[in-house]
Amino acid sequence: MSSKPILEVEKLNVRYQTQDGEINAVADVSFKVFSNEVFGIAGESGCGKSTLIKAIMRLLPENAKMDAHSIKYKDQEIDCMSEDIFRKEVLWTQISLVPQSAMNSLNPVYKVGEQIVEAIQAHTSQGKKEARERVEELFDVVGLQSEFMNSFPHEFSGGMRQRAMIAMALALDPGLIVMDEPTTGLDVLVQERILRRIREIRKQIRSSIILITHDIAVIAEMSDRIAVMYGGRIMEQAKSLDLFESPCHPYTLGLKNAFPSIKDLDQELISIPGSPPSLIGLQTGCPFEARCPFSSDRCKKDIPEVVVKEKFHEVSCFRHTDATELREHAKKLSTWHY
Amino acid sequence: MALLELKNVSRHFEVKSGLIDRLIYGKPIRMIKAVQNVNLIVNEKEVLGIAGESGCGKSTTCMMISGLVKPSSGEIIYQGKRIDQFDSDEKRFYHSQVQMIFQDPYETLNPRFRVIDTVAEGPRALRLWPEDEIVSRVDDILNAVGLPPLKYAERYPHELSGGERQRVGIASALVMEPQMLIADEPLSMLDVSIRAGILVLLKKLALERNFSCIYVSHDLSILGHIADRLMIMYLGQAVEVGPTRDVIQNPKHPYTKALISAVPVPDPRSRRAVPNIIGDISRPIDPPPGCRFTPRCPYSDDTCSQTFLKLDMNQHDKHLTACHRQDALDS
Repeated sequence: MSSKPILEVEKLNVRYQTQDGEINAVADVSFKVFSNEVFGIAGESGCGKSTLIKAIMRLLPENAKMDAHSIKYKDQEIDCMSEDIFRKEVLWTQISLVPQSAMNSLNPVYKVGEQIVEAIQAHTSQGKKEARERVEELFDVVGLQSEFMNSFPHEFSGGMRQRAMIAMALALDPGLIVMDEPTTGLDVLVQERILRRIREIRKQIRSSIILITHDIAVIAEMSDRIAVMYGGRIMEQAKSLDLFESPCHPYTLGLKNAFPSIKDLDQELISIPGSPPSLIGLQTGCPFEARCPFSSDRCKKDIPEVVVKEKFHEVSCFRHTDATELREHAKKLSTWHY
Repeated sequence: MALLELKNVSRHFEVKSGLIDRLIYGKPIRMIKAVQNVNLIVNEKEVLGIAGESGCGKSTTCMMISGLVKPSSGEIIYQGKRIDQFDSDEKRFYHSQVQMIFQDPYETLNPRFRVIDTVAEGPRALRLWPEDEIVSRVDDILNAVGLPPLKYAERYPHELSGGERQRVGIASALVMEPQMLIADEPLSMLDVSIRAGILVLLKKLALERNFSCIYVSHDLSILGHIADRLMIMYLGQAVEVGPTRDVIQNPKHPYTKALISAVPVPDPRSRRAVPNIIGDISRPIDPPPGCRFTPRCPYSDDTCSQTFLKLDMNQHDKHLTACHRQDALDS
């Protein structure tokens, strides 16, 4: 991980207009992705992790409104670029996406190889032959045999389709690849193989990766740094080891308790009581307040500022100074369920 | 004591093919052998976990036990009697005794039923108790699953979160006072922070209410925490069975070994061994007679593709493997 950020997001907000009112899907999110690192975003459904990515890549639906202090890609402001220039110069050439349910993202009536050739030709002046050679190269990188270039998506297994989508995302040597739940819905052995392949690809190319998933185990294994999102906000972000060894936010502590590990069969599983907040209307206070065993009146009224605990370790909680004490309390079942 | 036994149970499905193909081109009818000669015992008051990847036959096995699908061959024996020889009263009793919890809590509830209607529907349909007793039992069970009736009984499914809906599913299964609960991936649609709660609840209720449970999942981390014994399936065959801890910490079958080493661990420092396995999973259409893992197995020899070693019913409490090549694996 070098010290130069490739992507800098500052105070990003996204709101959806719906019949039930305004949904504050992403609020005040700031983070950086450095070059050549895997940045993991963890969170449960509805926490805003996919919306966040859609906002950066300008893929939001029409009822969404976004604003941000700034979104910089390699020191270039990309949030105020015109739609045309963004499409031509950033989307796919600089930032590419492996979408959620990548398995269903291929066009069923075109050959898989052709679809990637098309993506390359749409963004570059390469001829068909050159583009096909590039696709052959990419198939090799993701571990697909080149004869599958002439197959249709239905002839592929789930894992192969996922690899084809990764090949497409790599096609133009982007600086940043966003992977939204890349292995959700795949079998364990296929998932393992895809993750191993992603790790190998990382050694070959210089791209950074943003990995979005709800699976704490996958994110722990893959990421250099992790941000934990809840209710549209980033609760805590840190280097992976720091996050797992000295978590500070009560939500992170709760998630750790709730996630079973095959390595520790004696671990007592403790769930977080309650359910995620509705994000409709104006938010006051910390989104985790209602489920937090350590909350006070202040948590109801004010939204805690982001505090930098140490380098790369940021937390948004009023009780961040009591972290050691909270960590001890959080291990007990009686703290969460009384 | 064994509550439920499956002896040599198979289920085959015909692959749909065109009439022209069959009559003019003489193409044979092809069979998907979804479950093949599975032996299995569920003891009283135990949680049996069944694990495997998609297409391994774990859901078909559940459906055969609950009577939704009939086995093509083999016997399913409940409390000493074959379930296909039940008379109509015994059948009614069996269906109240064996209850299922389904995967998707969003699809399984009737949107026009209040929680109390959903939970009371089973006992009412089978006229298990007088109405006032049904109502009091429903109240009890709602309390037991953590949905206080004062707050939840009158709600409709759209007013519930995913975790609450799955609790309704559990309540409507348990209100029947079953001896056997079949849970088919009950957590896969739920969020991480909610999952642990349902898992702990199921474990606690199984202890308090003395029912046996078959818990089906592809997630070995979860099974490791709930199951007393674990059975691993591959393409319709049972390849390994044993006490959960033994199977996870000391797997014997090459497939189980690969499967367990592929499970990600929530610890940034952990490094896993690369699963020792060849190629991709095939479809169980007209498979060869032997062990179906043979083409992917680095240890296989000629006997493997010819004969399949069934798990021995008489020693079902032990740690058993269906692998011929134990000696090669150990060395």
